[in-house]
Amino acid sequence: MGTILAAEPRELILEPGRAEKHYWHDIWAYHELFAILAWRDVSVRYKQTAIGIAWAVVQPLLTMIVLTIVFGRVAKLPTEGTAPYPIMVYAGMLPWFLFSSLLSGASNSLVQNVNLIGKVYFPRIIVPTAAGAVALVDFTVNFLLLGVLMFWFRFIPSWHVIFLPFFIILAMLASLGPALFMTAMNVKYRDFRYIIPFVVQFGIYVSPVGFSSSVVPAKWRFWYSLNPVVGAIDGFRWCVLGGKSALYMPGFLLSLCIVVLFLWLGIAYFRRTEKTFADLI
Amino acid sequence: MADDIVIRAEELGKKYVIGHEAQRERYVALRDVIARSARNAWRMAADMAKGRVVVPGDTVEELWALKGVSFEVKRGEVLGIIGRNGAGKSTLLKILSRITEPTEGRVTIKGRVASLLEVGTGFHPELTGRENIYLNGAILGMTRAEIKRKFDEIVAFAEIEKFLDTPVKRYSSGMYVRLAFAVAAHLEPEILVVDEVLAVGDAEFQKKCLGKMQDIAGRGRTVLFVSHNIDAIERLCTICLTLNAGKILGMQPVSDAVIKYIQSQELLTLDAYRSARYRRTAEIVSLEFEPTTQSVILLVRPRDRQPRDLSVVLHDNRQSSLFATHLTDMGDTLRTDNEVRIAIPLPVQNLRPGHYFMSVASFDPTRTHFFDVLMHVPIQITSQAMPLASNDSRWGALYFPLRWNVRPARALERPPAASQYCD
Repeated sequence: MGTILAAEPRELILEPGRAEKHYWHDIWAYHELFAILAWRDVSVRYKQTAIGIAWAVVQPLLTMIVLTIVFGRVAKLPTEGTAPYPIMVYAGMLPWFLFSSLLSGASNSLVQNVNLIGKVYFPRIIVPTAAGAVALVDFTVNFLLLGVLMFWFRFIPSWHVIFLPFFIILAMLASLGPALFMTAMNVKYRDFRYIIPFVVQFGIYVSPVGFSSSVVPAKWRFWYSLNPVVGAIDGFRWCVLGGKSALYMPGFLLSLCIVVLFLWLGIAYFRRTEKTFADLI
Repeated sequence: MADDIVIRAEELGKKYVIGHEAQRERYVALRDVIARSARNAWRMAADMAKGRVVVPGDTVEELWALKGVSFEVKRGEVLGIIGRNGAGKSTLLKILSRITEPTEGRVTIKGRVASLLEVGTGFHPELTGRENIYLNGAILGMTRAEIKRKFDEIVAFAEIEKFLDTPVKRYSSGMYVRLAFAVAAHLEPEILVVDEVLAVGDAEFQKKCLGKMQDIAGRGRTVLFVSHNIDAIERLCTICLTLNAGKILGMQPVSDAVIKYIQSQELLTLDAYRSARYRRTAEIVSLEFEPTTQSVILLVRPRDRQPRDLSVVLHDNRQSSLFATHLTDMGDTLRTDNEVRIAIPLPVQNLRPGHYFMSVASFDPTRTHFFDVLMHVPIQITSQAMPLASNDSRWGALYFPLRWNVRPARALERPPAASQYCD
């Protein structure tokens, strides 16, 4: 007998509007499916696509060059501490791309997996979160590129870099909340599909990617942190660029609260609507 | 609930809301368009605000796919579910396998459910056969360890050893289906929910699948099985649930349910048996069995004067073919565009009275083009007194008045007249 059968038979009650009692337990029971879907997404992305890896490299590199020229050279904005402008930009782009690729990957994921949704049961939240795996793999490629860049500029990161994993998780959580909300909305109202690329395109200028958030006037700095990505980007720069980049604490805490709030809202909305997905999709 | 009841459905209902486009007026008045758009926008905004599903269309209609469905399934039972298209079978399976939520009522389920509503769910064309086995297995609810253990068995069952590391997009459709079914066949849940999945692959493979299903059912698992294949239902199931228009018609032993189902089919018009593509150009206008002449009477109205061949196939009550007869068997063809009445005497002396099916087709004599096809039209054959009054599956549909020759084994002393034992 497989491990499935080893589990004690518990009574399952299906009723309209019944909140799932074992929701989190259920998600854990499906962790293997999560792993295999994540693996599928990653392997399909890099299978038979020589350009797959190249694309993950070229896109951030070109973006970095453009942002450096526009903000650093043309607008002559200051960098943080002594860090070269390209490295400052690139360190901000890493969490931004992690955020945006998770957001767009997740929000299309359910619609792309229609055949699964209509034919088998599993906690639906697995699909958008598994799409996050692709974002994480792309991030890893970008991160290696940051290493190359730092070597090129002879820039040595400080000991803060050990906190980096925390900020990686923060960037992903910041994205997951809105992503779950968007995913659920996208199933119901397909026009949300067109909103996401717009949000992503817009966000790169609204968030401190091409510039340091220290250029934001002091009186606005706190409110600027309402954008949940600001906390993640500032944190990233603090880790990578070292002591020369100071972390603005009140703003960072506000960002953190917003992340938690969005995450809670996203999960709550997703849970409320996920049972109707099969009827809508 | 009682220990041996694993599924209990109480007053189950599922409502869908569907939208209709209103018939457009011939002259479109701007005033009407504005009024209608405003009305629709208001309704959609209200739906959105209440968090309900927004349905496009000018009028919406509620449709109960299931209503007031209650039943119980005991451990180890193999329950067949039959009903016409749209009777609610698939909706019921979707609720039981947790894909969708009921609108009212409730279901209590004891034990792990695996549902098989389609073969090859989640197969990815870019991935290899090996990768897809793991992917599909996980989707169907198997653990990695379980798949690993059964891997060789699955590959052997699917007969794809050589192509294990080829992307499935390069597979033939037969290989694809075999692999997909092989994974599904190795599921070992306590409750298995299966939709019309045996209707795939070639006849040989279908037989293998049916055998595997019988195997699963035989090991004391609870199985819920939907199929249009009455034969498969009769072979696999112990008990049968008949659905019609979202309601339960009855739950009874398979043989009774099948007969009831077939009888309910007889109420349909002839068009219900005609393939959709021929409905607009129907040629076979009527088909019935005339008891007085013991003949099948066909009314045929050909569209043009091209030569036509007609074929009639008689099936038994489980839709297995008994025999076929063609107009060209007699060296004849049909060349007219007038309505013709055709009487085909049936060998009723060799058929047990009861339920049969008949398929009729009209096609050109080279059999390259079909003009009309009717599949499995139920007919009732009555006849004079005949031993074993029904075409029960135990006796078969055919009857031959064979003369048995019975005499004593040691017949040397006094050869008796045969009539002494047998008349």
